[in-house]
Amino acid sequence: MSGAPFDVARVRADFPILHQEVRGRPLVYLDSAATTQKPQAVIDALVRYYTHDNANVHRGVHALSERSTQAYEGARERVRRFINARDTKEIIFVRGCTEAINLVAQTFGRTRVGPGDEVLITAMEHHSDIVPWQMLCQQVGATLRMLPVDERGDLRLEQLEPMLTERTRLLAVTHVSNALGTVNPVRDIVKRAHAKGVPVLVDGAQALAHFRVDVQDLDCDFYAFSGHKMFGPTGIGVLYGKASVLEPMPPWQGGGDMILSVTMEKTVYNRLPYRFEAGTPDISGAIGLAAAMDYLDAVGLDAISAHDQELLEYGTRALEGVPGLRLFSRARERSGVLSFLMEDVHAHDVGTILDREGVAIRAGHHCAQPLLSCFGVAATVRASLALYNTHEDIDALVRGLHKVREVFA
Amino acid sequence: MSSDLQDLYQEVVLEHGKRPRNFREVEGANRRADGYNPLCGDQLTVTLRMDGDVIKDVGFVGQGCAISRASASLMTGAVKEMSRADAERLFERVHKLVTEGPEGVDMEALGKLAVLSGVNEFPSRVKCASLAWHALRAALEGKESSVSTE
Repeated sequence: MSGAPFDVARVRADFPILHQEVRGRPLVYLDSAATTQKPQAVIDALVRYYTHDNANVHRGVHALSERSTQAYEGARERVRRFINARDTKEIIFVRGCTEAINLVAQTFGRTRVGPGDEVLITAMEHHSDIVPWQMLCQQVGATLRMLPVDERGDLRLEQLEPMLTERTRLLAVTHVSNALGTVNPVRDIVKRAHAKGVPVLVDGAQALAHFRVDVQDLDCDFYAFSGHKMFGPTGIGVLYGKASVLEPMPPWQGGGDMILSVTMEKTVYNRLPYRFEAGTPDISGAIGLAAAMDYLDAVGLDAISAHDQELLEYGTRALEGVPGLRLFSRARERSGVLSFLMEDVHAHDVGTILDREGVAIRAGHHCAQPLLSCFGVAATVRASLALYNTHEDIDALVRGLHKVREVFA
Repeated sequence: MSSDLQDLYQEVVLEHGKRPRNFREVEGANRRADGYNPLCGDQLTVTLRMDGDVIKDVGFVGQGCAISRASASLMTGAVKEMSRADAERLFERVHKLVTEGPEGVDMEALGKLAVLSGVNEFPSRVKCASLAWHALRAALEGKESSVSTE
């Protein structure tokens, strides 16, 4: 897709927000796992849409409505191509990864999971891939089980088969841990779950900014992700589902666009994917997400992955040189995240001092409390990377950490 | 170090953060409350032994950052032997100090707690500084449940 070699200076030039000072220092943005910054191409796509094409979709007979419908459905095709789904009817636009998981829990879950059944998740999940399943299990009287992690932050996959019982109705697993950066061998996990007849949902929120995802190759039943964590706008996300799995699922929210006809006696629901898109969707968000995918392909995902791995190695070496630092991101395969603690200094104090140095990181439990409790900590410092980060950013982080040591000497 | 960082991490704050006073469960406590900061997962428990309306002993346990530990430690020193009404008045003063800043706050009445004046410049740390105080107030009110800074 991309011909030119990866040039981080050119990439940085595409992100206007990076070129500012924060508290008198050049901004060093190391919080992309929370949300990524947006390239000019995405910002322009939103402005262009609202400046020229804005109208409601699937309704009007007029020119603007035709244009916005075309752009919105064009975005759906763009997403299909990006994750290599078979058909655009397998691409459902939602608000974000969280909504996608809730949709599956409340439709697929409510019809397929019953009293005494089990839903299997992992100890590495974000709260958004825990709570919807807890809610479902409470509603239907099922049991939520959790595949543990080891001390390096890898899943204990030797326990996968024994935990996939004849009562397991679904396995939900994250592709990449938002708190540690662990990349799970999802393709293998899906294969093993399918061998026992268990469908799999993959939480892809942290994956698509870093490497190519092919849902047919993974063979997962559902793949959920957010636009804003892959350089697109907030408020838009995608639920991919295999057509054969989506087809029998009951609708979730009711409203316009998800119906074919409504009378007081009977409503006929629309076909896929519209059956799951009640109400006016986030049209501009979908268009912005498509622009983000265009951008990622123009830069080249192979080059982005290589840059990510190189930065992770550089960052790991640099952090290991900081006295009294404990690095938690030590899994076999990692992506985008360096999670750590400094001896005798709380993550929040580290975060405040780094902020005064212009370095933006996340301090806290990263919405992954079960995972952090496996490591016996309540909070960590998380520096998370994206294609626009540089060695200089890591150097600024390390300088800031030496400052922390000074303050807490 | 920038001056607002110096104001936040004053010597006294760092010292109390490192070696908090009354970091223990009060023996024979007759009031207790948990404080929980959902932002970071930090949690602490304040225990009190009340004799009528007077706080005879106070302690705290739990985990937290330098700011929350220092604030809790200084709090325990300040409210011991205080009446409930005085402790609640102090809560109001400290709360005003960390949320709005020192203007209009009787700094003399705050004593050592005046070192928390730097917190106001750091909106994301106000909850850290007020966590123990919310737990104290809940304990004084005799609420047994967990309080949150939200």
